[in-house]
Amino acid sequence: MKISSWGRLGLHAHNSVQLADHRTLSRQIQHELPGISYGMGRSYGDVCLNPEGTLWQTRGMNRFIRFDKDTGLLSCEAGVTLKEIQDCFVPRGWMLPVTPGTQLVTVGGAVANDVHGKNHHIMGTFGDHVTGFSLARTDGSTRDCSRNDNPDLFQATIGGLGLTGVIARVDIQLRRIGSPWLLTETLPFSSLDDFFAYADASEVGWEHTVSWIDCLAGSQTRGIFLRANHASEQDLAALPPKQRPTRKTRPAAGISMPITPPLSLVNRLSLRPFNAAYYAMNARKAGPGVADYQNFFYPLDKIHHWNRMYGRRGFYQYQCVVPRASARQAVADMLTAIAAAGEGSFLAVLKTFAERPAAGLLSFPMAGATLALDFPNKGPRTERLFVRLDDIVTQAGGRLYAAKDARMPAQMFAQGYPGLETFSAFRDPGISSAMSRRLLGS
Amino acid sequence: MTQNTRIVIVGASSAIAEHCARQWAEQPEHAAGRQLHFVLVGRDADKLNAIAADLLVRNPSVTSQAECTDFSCADTIGKTVAHIVKDGTPDIVLIAHGTLPDQQQCQQDLSAAVDAMHINGLSPVLFAEAFAGPMQAANTGTIAIIGSVAGDRGRKSNYVYGAAKGLVTRYAQGLQHRLAGSGVNIVLIKPGPTDTPMTAHLKQAGARLTPAEDVAAAIVRGVNKGSPVVYAPAKWWLIMMIIRHLPRFVFNKMDI
Repeated sequence: MKISSWGRLGLHAHNSVQLADHRTLSRQIQHELPGISYGMGRSYGDVCLNPEGTLWQTRGMNRFIRFDKDTGLLSCEAGVTLKEIQDCFVPRGWMLPVTPGTQLVTVGGAVANDVHGKNHHIMGTFGDHVTGFSLARTDGSTRDCSRNDNPDLFQATIGGLGLTGVIARVDIQLRRIGSPWLLTETLPFSSLDDFFAYADASEVGWEHTVSWIDCLAGSQTRGIFLRANHASEQDLAALPPKQRPTRKTRPAAGISMPITPPLSLVNRLSLRPFNAAYYAMNARKAGPGVADYQNFFYPLDKIHHWNRMYGRRGFYQYQCVVPRASARQAVADMLTAIAAAGEGSFLAVLKTFAERPAAGLLSFPMAGATLALDFPNKGPRTERLFVRLDDIVTQAGGRLYAAKDARMPAQMFAQGYPGLETFSAFRDPGISSAMSRRLLGS
Repeated sequence: MTQNTRIVIVGASSAIAEHCARQWAEQPEHAAGRQLHFVLVGRDADKLNAIAADLLVRNPSVTSQAECTDFSCADTIGKTVAHIVKDGTPDIVLIAHGTLPDQQQCQQDLSAAVDAMHINGLSPVLFAEAFAGPMQAANTGTIAIIGSVAGDRGRKSNYVYGAAKGLVTRYAQGLQHRLAGSGVNIVLIKPGPTDTPMTAHLKQAGARLTPAEDVAAAIVRGVNKGSPVVYAPAKWWLIMMIIRHLPRFVFNKMDI
């Protein structure tokens, strides 16, 4: 079967094996090695690919196992999607404590990439809320892991890029919510200094913070800072009647990008009006507002196949984190480099991470600022820009996010992730991906 | 229907059946607390228990029982159904079991052909027959049987399976005739190629398959409405109408 990942950089033949049951999968993964797990294929690069090799498709393992309605502890198979969890539990007053910008990913993928959301400074990463999981290894064994049992393997598997085994079952601590709504505040800003001032001021008192930036303006960037807290019933009742949500939460009906255009629709001609319109639209919403969780967390899930927008050659996402001390300068330098290269990105997201112990050995977040940018694939020209950006990130002491990556040099990975040496001992020798061969040599 | 709803699913661990069960469990009237009881009939108790656990998480007010049985023996089928009906007449019976046999193997090995016809044709029909009597006596309920678009016209690529499903089609017609005007509805479902473990090899070969969730949604709708025949998805009605009416000289040139 021909399979690509979300960046659509290549379509490769794979030998797909459908896993359907978390208790019997260990029998299915002992043959035709090496293989790698594949869930929803929402990671952008090659972390979930194994061209000409075996892919263990995990979506068939989509059963809930048990839920404790008093404590909120959910046990489920690893192929369950975050959307299936939210759909089932939000109406009952429970929610995933950490969610990335799409809910169309599997729980196993969320663990293996140790994904983060807009509330990193309060809640950390997805792995911080995983209390245990079972891991099937290609030697036929199954290991139950938690902070008490096999703690080292537990830590290696969270953010472990799927290389330590196939995650079969996951136990997740859900959090209580007062309603499916969030009270938001939209703050337009017109310089990076303003962004960092808003970010610092919002660390206390705001659970969710994120910003979109118009990166065409170089270091004198403008953008939209968005912060939010979960609303309780009382919060909603206290709103002026006009703002009070009346309808049930349901995202606006989705639309679909029906075809892949031959050329990227995101290009020099479209980007400036795109960004100007997006800025103007959101700047009009400046001030307080109310949003339902799906519109707040997952705006892009409403456009099915939005990745096709970038045309037949696909696109890269470049997401880096740079430490706090050098963050202001490094972000400015990157934006200048992008402008100088005549490139630009529509989906440019800037956000700060707080100082927190990492859940996994190879977890991405560190205290500082993270910048995520999409670029249509223009071959060597795009790579030249990435090399410049790599220099800025490396010199600032930062690193790139593997879940998004399709091209970083192995040396940059090793330098950015000091846990790598310890990690290698926990790899399953029967597991290998395009990414692991590129970054780890096997 | 009474205040409580009893749903029997034969072949409950098939992907389509499992998604039907989830959708029934999550229907608003059931989520609101109306008691829903599932009887899950299958071969593997572990699988049935895993499905029951999943349904319980989705709707904590749901109850389930797992019934393991042999699908090939008429006597056992009769006893299993009698045992299930003894506790109350079902509101919905979904008969969903089956396998997708390898046509080439069926041509070379007659016993493989017998097995395929048995599990895909005879066995579902026997289950339906066993439920039809008690449900006719109670004059209520719906029996939904999963046939296949393959039963609409025999094709060289899988006519053994198609013949078994053709048997199901004729049987369902007859049962509909028998129960016309009664309180019992017979719904024949004809899925097109569906993305399930049964068709994993087709997917591997690059076939476009409908997600099992979508087929299940069509089944749940069809059962609610009591539609006599449900193509899932609906486009297969048109496709199969054309295929059924193709003149033989055209049809015989097709490699399907």
